[in-house]
Amino acid sequence: MGVDPEADASGIARPGQTGGLDAAPGGVLRFLTCGSVDDGKSTLIGRLIHDCGGIPYDAVVALAEDSRKFGTTGGGLDYALLLDGLTAEREQGITIDVAYRYFATTRRKFIVADAPGHEQYTRNMVTAASHCDAAIVLIDARKGILRQTRRHSSIVRLLGIRHVVIAINKMDLVGYDQPVFDRIAADYRALAARSDLADISIVPISAVTGANLTASAIEMPWYRGPSILQILESIDLHNDDLAKPFQLPIQIVIRPDQGFRGYAGTIAGGTLAEGDRVSVLPSGVQTTIASIGGTDGPCQSAEAGDAVIVTLTDEIDVGRGSILSSPDAAPEMSDQFAADIVWFSNQPLLRGRPYLLQMGVQSCIAQIGDIKHVIDTETFEPRSAKSIAINAIARCNLATSKPLAIEPYTTSRELGGFILIDRTTNETAGAGMIAYSLRRSQNVHWLGLGVSKEQRALLKGQKACCLWLTGLSGSGKSTIAVALDKRLHGLGHHTCVLDGDNVRLGLNRDLGFTDADRVENIRRVAEVGRLMVDAGLIVIVSFISPFQAERQLARERFAPGEFLEIYVDTPLQICEHRDPKGLYKKVRAGLIQNFTGISSPYEPPQAPDLRLAGGESTADALVETVTEELLRRQIIPS
Amino acid sequence: MPSHLHDLEAESIHILREVAAQFTRPVLLYSIGKDSTVLLHLAIKAFAPARLPFALLHVDTGWKFREMIAFRDDMARRLGLDLIVYTNADGVRDGVGPLTHGSEIHTDVMKTQALRQALDIHSIDAAIGGARRDEEKSRAKERIFSHRSAGHRWDAKAQRPELWNIYNGRIGPGESMRVFPLSNWTEIDVWEYIACEDIAVVPLYFAKLRPIVERQGALIMVDDARFVLQQGETVRQRLVRFRTLGCYPLTGAILSAAGSVADIVAELYTSRSSERQGRLIDGDRTGSMEAKKEEGYF
Repeated sequence: MGVDPEADASGIARPGQTGGLDAAPGGVLRFLTCGSVDDGKSTLIGRLIHDCGGIPYDAVVALAEDSRKFGTTGGGLDYALLLDGLTAEREQGITIDVAYRYFATTRRKFIVADAPGHEQYTRNMVTAASHCDAAIVLIDARKGILRQTRRHSSIVRLLGIRHVVIAINKMDLVGYDQPVFDRIAADYRALAARSDLADISIVPISAVTGANLTASAIEMPWYRGPSILQILESIDLHNDDLAKPFQLPIQIVIRPDQGFRGYAGTIAGGTLAEGDRVSVLPSGVQTTIASIGGTDGPCQSAEAGDAVIVTLTDEIDVGRGSILSSPDAAPEMSDQFAADIVWFSNQPLLRGRPYLLQMGVQSCIAQIGDIKHVIDTETFEPRSAKSIAINAIARCNLATSKPLAIEPYTTSRELGGFILIDRTTNETAGAGMIAYSLRRSQNVHWLGLGVSKEQRALLKGQKACCLWLTGLSGSGKSTIAVALDKRLHGLGHHTCVLDGDNVRLGLNRDLGFTDADRVENIRRVAEVGRLMVDAGLIVIVSFISPFQAERQLARERFAPGEFLEIYVDTPLQICEHRDPKGLYKKVRAGLIQNFTGISSPYEPPQAPDLRLAGGESTADALVETVTEELLRRQIIPS
Repeated sequence: MPSHLHDLEAESIHILREVAAQFTRPVLLYSIGKDSTVLLHLAIKAFAPARLPFALLHVDTGWKFREMIAFRDDMARRLGLDLIVYTNADGVRDGVGPLTHGSEIHTDVMKTQALRQALDIHSIDAAIGGARRDEEKSRAKERIFSHRSAGHRWDAKAQRPELWNIYNGRIGPGESMRVFPLSNWTEIDVWEYIACEDIAVVPLYFAKLRPIVERQGALIMVDDARFVLQQGETVRQRLVRFRTLGCYPLTGAILSAAGSVADIVAELYTSRSSERQGRLIDGDRTGSMEAKKEEGYF
């Protein structure tokens, strides 16, 4: 690619040219590259950085060595090896994680998020896209628009990236042929019109030869548009957040001494000045900004993107999770909303299972109420589904344990984008983008009951509680439950047994044995148990309840001390030997699928309130153990 | 301040405040170099007018440049900081050092194992470090909140997705987090920020005539009497500066006349070598940083 330096309109720093403190007048552009496995994505980025002088000399030497060892370019520099940083990736020749790269021209600094393209790495691409202002979507000129192209475009749209550059790559392999380019460009424009992608540029390139990467390629005189780099340098990064209403999510309270109480956070939208009236969410109380501390000490005003500490004129309740906002444009408080969920975890997302939701500084417990549909990422057509598998995207309704200050994601990333955390493993299991609120939480009130459960239990001479027996099939749960029920009844207490099999014959007859149905099974039983505890009863639940998360969900239905997890710990061999219902035989004969302990996991309680050694003692002895525990806890009087 | 530095500064302060809000016993890993110095400067800003809500931890291998130790102690005294200095006593007992045991064993015992011991002894749940993604290829893929399983191991393939500016700081018993607030800074950003904010750094970064021996192609400064000359080696006074700082026998100087921060920024704009090029411990084999990190190295 011969280039006349005079015609080079990009701001590549040349050796000998010194930058200064105004080295990046155009700010920082964060962009991601999307492409399939052989589209030449890493080559494009490696080459772009190299041509901008961003690859140090010793790294080029190391690259030459790596190229000989792992390269696919027949001994030439394999630019993809610059980016595929993890050893496993170099050996397999694929990008399995997001890599961040940095380079600069005299116009602007760039942060490149290089994300893998395969469908099984949708989560990585979503992660990369969440940090970006722009995206380059690669298309192989020989192949045209593929399902991957449509998927990448969908994700770019979903994550709200407004500037999209379509790079039609490998033009060298189609003889730099204009009709090939024109045809693919027309196809893409049709696709973009259907999926309302906003700002699109389409460029014919060759990442391997560098054509149209940093300057115009003489091989394609028919293309008169800007190069990839020229487009990236000229994207308008005007900060739309400045025009929004003021919002400051509070991260932490700063209290050096009694005299100072500052609230620290990064301004998410709008501007702020001393003396401004602000509304504090969730309480809705209004107050006035007394002072603003910026990163260089006290200041009169601050704006979106600034990390600040503010003090208020009134002593009111503000802490981590509070949102200070403009009083006339406060975000909505809601505990039920619709959102698009992208799932990251190998464990599918299940309806009803509680997750920890983290949205900036706000966090709470959230449950998926309804999975409205899974979104086909190629066509954006909805499909119905009961659970969400890894890398799937679905529109769901969520319910949260407390109201959150929310906005649609299209308006605010800070108050519209959240992650879901698995409470057992702490992994980040999914991400969500709020579409709209389902109801304002101000309208929700629990129906106040005239007689409290304490009053009801007092009348019965006991403390109401739920005794939750968990264990394998055949561990002895039902036998213990029935014997315990008799024993407590004999002592004059008011009890009730909820048994797995009996409940499945009635209330839960519509549920099967998939993971999703097991979660719902437990949720319903926990709710029924709670209503009975509210009625003052000692409720004995006998349920396999194999998952820690659901037992945790059940526990949270109850007040502290009201729920006792009792682990009937009987070894599998003994359970199988007993086989009171002949189920293990059927499992071994292949007649039953998803059987707990054999083909479906049982997660033993980590810290049960009581453990019963089911293989060692008689049912009567175990009932005695439980009764003593109830006495000890003063659930029943001695 | 240029807009890109303002944005990086705000992002780092946001991250530091998240650490203080989400963890009970964080510590700032202070290695005395320019990156930790900038990190400390940002941390002080993040919580002013309050004191730093966490201590500084320096893992001292016993082989740092003398000027680094003097700078460290002066800084801690001047700013009234809570500084923990930790050295692996087992390594001292066994006389482990880079000149006798080689860079790999020295780094493992005196840095990696020492860091793990220090974090365990002080029950640290979050260790804040100054590493940047542009330093090395495997660091380019590390999260800002980077999870460590019990035993401080990093599993590159099981990293938590990190979206927007939301940081999942939840850990189980025995687990911990490494946090890198400077992830998105480049070497030039760091120096431009040092210039803008007029931050004091160790004088070793500035060019000066220093006693230098050339060994395996690296320019090593003879900082004390423990450095034994090999046959054919001579000490010469040369005008050099250091681009990164570590253990003096393992840290190569570069020939440079840059005597001020402005000179350094200008030099970096024309430089054709990468920053860690002087670090002898990185070069052992391709993928060596990734292997060290999985063991718990910073």
